[in-house]
Amino acid sequence: MKYIKFLLIGILFGIIMTKSEAISWYRMQEMFRFQSFHMYGIIGSALAIGVMMIQWIKRRQVHSVEGIPISFKDKDRSVARYLLGGTVFGLGWALSGACPGPMFTLVGNGFSVVLVVIFSAILGTYVYGLVRERLPH
Amino acid sequence: MIDFISQAWPWYVSGPMIALVMFLLLWAGGSFGVSSNLRTICAAAGAGRHIGFFKFAWRAQLWNLVFIFGAVLGGFIATNFLTNPEPLALSSATVDDLSALQISFDGGLAPMQLFTWKSLLTLQGFAVLVIGGFLVGFGARWAGGCTSGHAISGLSNLQIPSLIAVVGFFIGGLVMTHLLFPIIF
Repeated sequence: MKYIKFLLIGILFGIIMTKSEAISWYRMQEMFRFQSFHMYGIIGSALAIGVMMIQWIKRRQVHSVEGIPISFKDKDRSVARYLLGGTVFGLGWALSGACPGPMFTLVGNGFSVVLVVIFSAILGTYVYGLVRERLPH
Repeated sequence: MIDFISQAWPWYVSGPMIALVMFLLLWAGGSFGVSSNLRTICAAAGAGRHIGFFKFAWRAQLWNLVFIFGAVLGGFIATNFLTNPEPLALSSATVDDLSALQISFDGGLAPMQLFTWKSLLTLQGFAVLVIGGFLVGFGARWAGGCTSGHAISGLSNLQIPSLIAVVGFFIGGLVMTHLLFPIIF
């Protein structure tokens, strides 16, 4: 039962990702070429509301459905891992035109070959796990 | 109503809806971060037996796998029952830039000249589908998150590390688009 909520939220997310065209390879190119406000508007408005929402959750100590106060963990302080890892991610984001969420929604949209992209991303994660001790963090 | 939902959603509808998804996940006892699923999948496949990074209580993350399974279903529902009759309204400047790289705009979500099984055998198709995916998976874990975990969840929580990661996302994206695309395509 606990998982049904997550399934429904996931379905909503997949519909939003498709209808917003945030899963579109073309839209990512348009964003990285600064030729449309579309993606910036999506991320910017999600953020504007997200910032207010998280302040509200923290101040009002909003509880989750299971009665536990919603808490947030601060990210570890560092520069190297975020800047270098982020840059590698960005190279892949522009090339494949998809971040991890949209990859899954693209498969639902009938782009079955995106399963290869997902498999490659899993492989990338695995190789990171193999070499992570040799990388700056 | 269905006609209204079926057209492409403007940014000022989509953005707030994404914030709603983040809230619903927090409310349900989860959090909004998709790329950690890739680590969970490695762990579930047994990678924890020889690599410490994949040795964790991955079953506690099953809710997130259910969430992305829902995201597949959502894509299926959107494309089959909320079909947008109009071609994607891509900026004409982008259409021109891409056509200069021999990538034609076909009105869909992704160029069919690249996103087919057959294109895996071409250099460009292999780069987009295999190398692109690999870099996303590797980079997301190195940076500790992707667009959802850093650009939406992290920045909403005013995390400086997430801001650094998003700067990195854009450095990588701009280098790929403006410096490497002319070489690859």
